[in-house]
Amino acid sequence: MPIEILMPALSPTMEEGKLAKWMKAEGDMVAPGEVIAEIETDKATMEVEAVDEGRMGKILVPAGTEGVKVNTPIATLIGEDEKPGEAPAAKSALEAKPQSEAKAEPTAAKQAKAAGDWEGAGSPTVAAQPKSAEPAADPDVPEGTEMVTMTVREALRDAMAEEMRRDGDVFVMGEEVAEYQGAYKITQGLLQEFGERRVIDTPITEHGFAGLAAGAAMAGLKPIVEFMTFNFAMQAIDHIINSAAKTHYMSGGQITCPIVFRGPNGAAARVAAQHSQDYAAWYAAIPGLTVVQPYSAADAKGLLKAAIRDLNPVVFLENEILYGQSFQVPKLDDFVLPIGKARIARPGKDVTLVSFGIGMTYTTKAAEALAEMGIDCEVIDLRTIRPMDIKTVVASVKKTGRCVTVEEGFPVCSIGSEIASRLMELAFDWLDAPVLKVTGKDVPMPYAANLEKLALPNVGEVIEAVRAVTYR
Amino acid sequence: MAADDKAVAPKRPTAARSGARGMASKAATATQSSKSPGRGKVADDAKAPNGPATPAGNGPEPMTKAEELAAYREMLLIRRFEEKAGQLYGMGLIGGFCHLYIGQEAVVTGVQMALKPGDEVITGYRDHGHMLACEMDPKGVMAELTGRRGGYSKGKGGSMHMFSVEKGFFGGHGIVGAQVSLGTGLAFANKYRGNDNVSVTYFGDGAANQGQVYESFNMAKLWRLPVIYVIENNKYGMGTSVNRASSTTELCHRGRSFDIPGEAVDGMDVRAVREAAMRAVAHARAGEGPYILEMLTYRYRGHSMSDPAKYRTREEVDKMRAEHDPIEQVRQRILANAWASEDDLKGIDKEVRDIVNEAAEFSQHDPEPDPSELWTDIVR
Repeated sequence: MPIEILMPALSPTMEEGKLAKWMKAEGDMVAPGEVIAEIETDKATMEVEAVDEGRMGKILVPAGTEGVKVNTPIATLIGEDEKPGEAPAAKSALEAKPQSEAKAEPTAAKQAKAAGDWEGAGSPTVAAQPKSAEPAADPDVPEGTEMVTMTVREALRDAMAEEMRRDGDVFVMGEEVAEYQGAYKITQGLLQEFGERRVIDTPITEHGFAGLAAGAAMAGLKPIVEFMTFNFAMQAIDHIINSAAKTHYMSGGQITCPIVFRGPNGAAARVAAQHSQDYAAWYAAIPGLTVVQPYSAADAKGLLKAAIRDLNPVVFLENEILYGQSFQVPKLDDFVLPIGKARIARPGKDVTLVSFGIGMTYTTKAAEALAEMGIDCEVIDLRTIRPMDIKTVVASVKKTGRCVTVEEGFPVCSIGSEIASRLMELAFDWLDAPVLKVTGKDVPMPYAANLEKLALPNVGEVIEAVRAVTYR
Repeated sequence: MAADDKAVAPKRPTAARSGARGMASKAATATQSSKSPGRGKVADDAKAPNGPATPAGNGPEPMTKAEELAAYREMLLIRRFEEKAGQLYGMGLIGGFCHLYIGQEAVVTGVQMALKPGDEVITGYRDHGHMLACEMDPKGVMAELTGRRGGYSKGKGGSMHMFSVEKGFFGGHGIVGAQVSLGTGLAFANKYRGNDNVSVTYFGDGAANQGQVYESFNMAKLWRLPVIYVIENNKYGMGTSVNRASSTTELCHRGRSFDIPGEAVDGMDVRAVREAAMRAVAHARAGEGPYILEMLTYRYRGHSMSDPAKYRTREEVDKMRAEHDPIEQVRQRILANAWASEDDLKGIDKEVRDIVNEAAEFSQHDPEPDPSELWTDIVR
């Protein structure tokens, strides 16, 4: 029975092409792999190879024909005892069209068009995003729990040590984490307690060890990767995004990558442009990643413990300047905080200030100064950037009608930009003033002390922004 | 079977410890002769397909009847599967990028013969053959190619991104070289857990120039990780020949700076592949650390489906196909040894075609993923 040879699609976008030349004539024998025709696509001239063995039957589309649609029969292939020129008796099973829901030619061009079709985004054919589960509230700290004063540095170290005691699959690797005791002394004492099998000094090769750790996580271990700073993680960002964040989805849920990428992020002091960048907005853009940026020692401890237990890749953004700052931390055996839950650091009624990480230092000081001026600020510490607890922000803005965001990162496509956009969607009717952003300036971080100060946000800018949105 | 095993010359002197040096002169000779595009290293190494069934001199260790027949079937399955995939792509049923393994079948087939359950396999985007060799279901692989719900990634990964934890296959990675760090991490996990599993990490001659490959080599040797790096040198990184992309083309020596042994292997001869893989796997399993195998191989098709392959001559492809085809080599040996008749082999061919046709059928009639799948498997 003759087999139809169809006009092949030779690229992801090809819909039609020119049948330039037949390399075989009717009646010629063909073997698999032999070139039977040349086809011109929009990009190149391609050779068409025979898949099956047989004899060329009838040529249905003569050489030189332009605009031959993909999947048009162009010739037939017959068995040895069949006569050339016979019309195909039946289509082979292979040529059966897929079921109606699967269009045969979902070309990249069409898909791209569909993706850019904003009206389509709300149409019933597009699956609605499921409501994400409500993050748990912070655990109740029992009355009478002793509070201990602790630096962020100690809190992070304790979180890792506690989780390493709890789970033998947890290990920490990075530059200078072991013998040197941590470039910023976050891993102090871990080598002594857990040994070199679980506290591993790496070569200065971020790309390689981030990938190695991601591979180990795919195999079921729970690595904590310390980047000496997140600036160097740009060398490794391919593995953070393409390997760690996407593989769960790309494997249909088979592979998990329970890994924590942590280290200092953002500006330190006088280290200039290459060492002073806040990556919150970069990582927050990626589905599949969880992004945490704590401010206080208690949050650093509770959230790092949660991050280590999380089955998803977590980017945990710390800050060098905060490492030495002390906070009250509840003395509990197992203090774990929920990822994805913001904290109302200061209740207020006049304006909502949203910040995270070191941005909270400007925000809290500004709130105190503003209180003296008679402006009652509600301060929200996001703590987790992705998934963002926008619900808490919206609830607050519905109360205050005004919002100012504060962060050290660049202004363009910032976390503040995202919050402003979400508030437009979710709280437009409650807004009494535009949402304002206080951010780092749109310049590479300068070295000179005075310029560096100008490039960073400050308390005065937060106060100014609040006065602007409250019209006072 | 035993008698056949004895009827051959002793195996080539092997050198697990000094493998790199042991193979150096041979590889060097071959490289020098690979200046014209029509002749490659493989051509100098490989046995003529119609040559004696049992190699003379220092040829690879022979395989048993059962092994030859198994290799024949496996390689044929991969080839027929890939031919079918090419056909479905031509019909518009497979979208995006699709990289076929045709011509390279002996590499994964031979290496797999040296592995045991628990060992891990990871590769780049030319991955269909590896999945079939890992005994993944052809239906699930083909359905992923067509983007259907029965695919290994529920239709969300496609040709380049498929996984089966159950079968020890860790992808299927679309970023050139990324799998090398990840595969080194799989080996790290084995060492951490203290088991004796090894990670077989495949990459191409193109990826062999990636920086992270050398970062991985360094850590693998430093920490003695049980990883076998299999470089599938098919002579072209997309359209750029090895000698236009690599300052040194003997990729088996790329571990020298790290003191990782390496050897060049005739990747068109499944016996040579298997033998070298046994050596490399034994080395890694014994705790001796990483090992590099450079498989000199050849892809018959373009880099991807939309590659007109104008960077090489038709004669070069035809010559490789006619003289060094990995499947034909096995076929000739089986016939010469009278281990199976032509009819027996046709039977295998039919069985394989049936499997592939069944997979193709399934991949076209299995429904597309439910729209709700858009939002699943993003986070756990």
